[in-house]
Order: sequence, then structure tokens, then C-alpha cells
Amino acid sequence: MTRTNGPPAPPSPAAADAEDQSLRIAYDDGVTDRTATLRVWRGDAAGGAFVDYEVPVQEGMVVLDAVHWIQAHRAADLACRWNCKAGKCGSCSAEVNGRPALLCTTRVDAVTRPQDRVVVVQPMQTFPIIRDLVTDVSWNYEVNRRIQPFTPAPGERAPFVIAEPDITRVEEYRRCIECFLCQDVCHVLREHRGQDRFFGPRQLVRIASLELHPKDTADRLAQLRAEAGVGLCNITKCCTEVCPEHIRITDNAIIPLKERLADREFDPIRSLWRRLRPVPMASSIPAADERVAAPARPPG
Amino acid sequence: MAAPGRAVPAGPGALHRRDRWWVYPTNVALWLSLFGAYSFWTIVFFQRDSYHQYLSPFYSPLIAAGRIPVSPALLIFWIPLGFRATCYYYRKAYYRAFFQDPPACAIREPRLAARLSPTGRGRRYRGETRLPFVLANLHRLFLYLAIAFVVIFVIDTVTAFSYHGHIGIGLGTALILVNTVALGLYTFSCHSLRHLIGGGLDCFSCAFAGRPRFQLWRLTSWLNLRHSTWAWISLTTVILTDLYIHLLQYGVVHDPHLGF
Repeated sequence: MTRTNGPPAPPSPAAADAEDQSLRIAYDDGVTDRTATLRVWRGDAAGGAFVDYEVPVQEGMVVLDAVHWIQAHRAADLACRWNCKAGKCGSCSAEVNGRPALLCTTRVDAVTRPQDRVVVVQPMQTFPIIRDLVTDVSWNYEVNRRIQPFTPAPGERAPFVIAEPDITRVEEYRRCIECFLCQDVCHVLREHRGQDRFFGPRQLVRIASLELHPKDTADRLAQLRAEAGVGLCNITKCCTEVCPEHIRITDNAIIPLKERLADREFDPIRSLWRRLRPVPMASSIPAADERVAAPARPPG
Repeated sequence: MAAPGRAVPAGPGALHRRDRWWVYPTNVALWLSLFGAYSFWTIVFFQRDSYHQYLSPFYSPLIAAGRIPVSPALLIFWIPLGFRATCYYYRKAYYRAFFQDPPACAIREPRLAARLSPTGRGRRYRGETRLPFVLANLHRLFLYLAIAFVVIFVIDTVTAFSYHGHIGIGLGTALILVNTVALGLYTFSCHSLRHLIGGGLDCFSCAFAGRPRFQLWRLTSWLNLRHSTWAWISLTTVILTDLYIHLLQYGVVHDPHLGF
């Protein structure tokens, strides 16, 4: 991997003239009569700075289009991870004007400040920077491997037949595209650097998708409290605000998990009911508080 | 045209949002402080709980304090206070507004707030794992009491329709009715209630009364979408109802009403 210290050197005067010419062509062709200044963070783990690029703005243009224009006309070495350009792969996660966002679904017009027509684009702050707008998100996959995987009852085999009311909630979690914007905005990870004791919203969504699954039998509540650190989440709902798939992460994943812990540890009335209630009829699906703890997979 | 390649200084502010992110925490801090100050004033300094058939929500259920030289409201205020203080919505609101933890999404926590914040205890962030914030997990217990309070408010509302043995509707009756509806919506949109009704189940179709529980869970989920709205509306109606009853007590206003 090539690494540079600080921002790249500005292009030569001849190259700058040629690039100015390409912008003029965009005007002359009637493609656009407007421009915006993209203030892009350039650099790597050793350091960097913001660099201004003036780009022509067209109707419906997204920030990723502007980054591509810069790559084509101004800085071919500008690093940016992307794939689908349709808001479905979660690759182009970054921060636009300080807010975590997908570059491919953020319109330039919507984020350009009218007073100076500047759009600030920077990499996600929570993860180590590789280069320019590209960050190393591998930590998320390492954490994901530590979560006890889907564990159906012995004898249960796919395809499962599940009633619609039982699968409705879980379907919401499956919309996650793993863009990790929720991880980026979570202040436990971003501000307090709690990566060693908190899994983050994305992984809590994954735990919820397993814990609330009608065919899953594993118990992840002990891991949820200790290793996943759900108690560190203080419900400020930033993860929900930035989710491009509009998953109600806090309301529908984290709070239900906190409530399941409260069932077990903070509700004396429920505890008493569990002790006094009659023995339930045999069912292939144990209730959430009847499950047997399954050993967590070793890290890594 | 700006020359490409010009480096812009990357100071701490350069990494911050440039929209009006401070509006929400400022508003919350302002309004919660006002509501808190009013509640303190009416609970501690007022001894008058009702005006004819109108009972102030701060004093309901009315407990005869006897010889105890304190306001009856002091004996019960901890229940609605505890319910709201441990509420999942208000937690977001006061963590942002008062503890700046964080003040807004992707906004750097102020150094002073980080040092003083009870959630942080210096540099080591503890969230809701230690006292006092671990007590937020007791929200469930306050919910049980809050449901009982809603039943009592319904009784107060029915009583408010009584005018000297006849049925009547006054402005106070309307305020008490609206307050009870708002408190009901706030209580029944609670995340903990949603969990108790069906959120704690993995399999509705396997559970006792699974189908009606699923329907109820959907209803509470729909109400829960607007939980923050009900929280603010109910807080406002409690204050307005109490203020109106105080104004009646001191003869500042007269209660317009219709008798039947």
C-alpha cells in the first residue's frame, strides 16, 4: 500500500490549465451553470488536510458523483471505496458536512451551504484511516464473529415454516447493509473509544436479529451484558438518525435487548412470576427467559 | 474559481457539523428546566390541591397527609418523576441537553462536560452500567405504578364532570380530560409496556393468547412511534392543568362551564 505524509502536491500549472479547460467544457456544453467547492480530506494514518476542489454541479448529482468527477479531472489518486452507487452495498460511507452519510445517496444540492457553496467530505472518524476517504472497518467483522451464530433447536431443519407475525420484527434487522454509519456516529465508539468493551449498534442489531428469531434457541444475554456492553448505550438514538435503511435501531433492537436484560435482572415481579407460574406446556420454542446459555464462540 | 490543491487548515471545528445541531439540546434544556422549576414551586410551596371538583394532577391520588407538615404532592411526586426520569425518550433528551453526552450526533463532547459527567466519571465512560444511571433499568417498576396512576386520573376525570350533583363540563373538565388522554398515550406508548405485551416473545403463535397480544403489540408499536410527542404533550398538559386550577383557587379566572 502506498502511503503519503500530508496532502498530495498540487498539480503542475500545465495540468491545472487542462483541468480548468475541462470544467469550462462542462459549462460550455450546457451541462451545468453551477459549481460547488468540495472540501475533501486528503491524507492517511500519518496525517492530512482538507483540499478544495471546485466541481460542476448538475441536477440530481450526489456527492459520490462529485468525488468521481474529482478523480477523473483533478486528482486521480483520490481514494474512495464504492460499489453499487445505489445505497445498497454500504461501501461509500463517509461524513458529509460532519454528518455520517452514504456518499451515493447524499445530493450535492441538499448539503451545499448557500453562503459559500462548500461541501465538506471526510472519512468516518471512528475507524482507522487507510487513505483519503477510505477507512479500515475490519474491526466490525471481527466483533461479528464473536456473536453466537443462529442456533435452531436440534432436529429443526431448513426451510423453516414461520408464521408472519413471528418473523415481522426480524425482517427489519435484515435490511442492514453494513455501512457502519451507526458504528461511526455512536459516541461510545467515536468519543470514548470503547471498542474493547462495546460491540456497537450494528452488532446489537445482529444480536437482536438472532435473539428475537422464533427458531433460535441460544441465549446471548450474558454476552450482551458483559462482552457486548449493552449497558454503555445511553439511548441517544444517533444510530437511528443516520441509518440509511431507516432501521429503528434504538427502539426496535437495542431497547428490546435492554428490556430482556431487565426481565432477568431488574424486575422482581417478573422474577417472582417465573418462580410461581405453572410449568409451561412442551414447545419446540423456548421463551426468551427459558433458554439455555450457549457457549460463545472464541474471539477471532 | 478556487485553485485545486489548496490545503485548508483542519482545526477541531473543521470536523464538526455546521448545521444548527445545538437547537435541540438547547430547547430541551430550556423547557425541562422550566417544567422542573414550575413543578418544584407547585409541589413544595403550595398546599392547596383542588378547586371544587378539580384535583390538580400533581396531587392525585390525594393522600391525606394528616399532621405531616408537607404538601401531599411531596408524597407521590417521585412516581411520575421516576417514570419520566427512567423513560427511554427522556434519557436521550437529558443526556444530550444536560450531560452533553453527546450534545448531538457526531458532535465532540465538551471537555468540561466529559470531566464532570456522571456517565463518564472522568475519562472512563461508564454509560448506564454504574450508579446512578444503572437505575434507569428500573423503568419497568415505575411503569407498573404509572399504569395505576392512569386509572386514578380516569377517576379524577369522571369526578371533574360533577357540578354540585349535576353533570357539567367546564374548561377545567376539558383540561383534565385532555391531560388524562395525554398521560394515557404517553404511558401506553412506553417501550417497557411494548416489551411486556409482546416484545419479549420470540414466537407469538406459540404463546398464550398470541394473536391478541400481537395485535396489542402492533398498537403499542404504533403509539411508540410518537412516544416523544406524547412525552412533551403530557408534560405540558400536566403543567397547564395545575396552573389553571391555581388560577381558579386565587380567583384570577372563572371557570366557564355548561351544566346539564
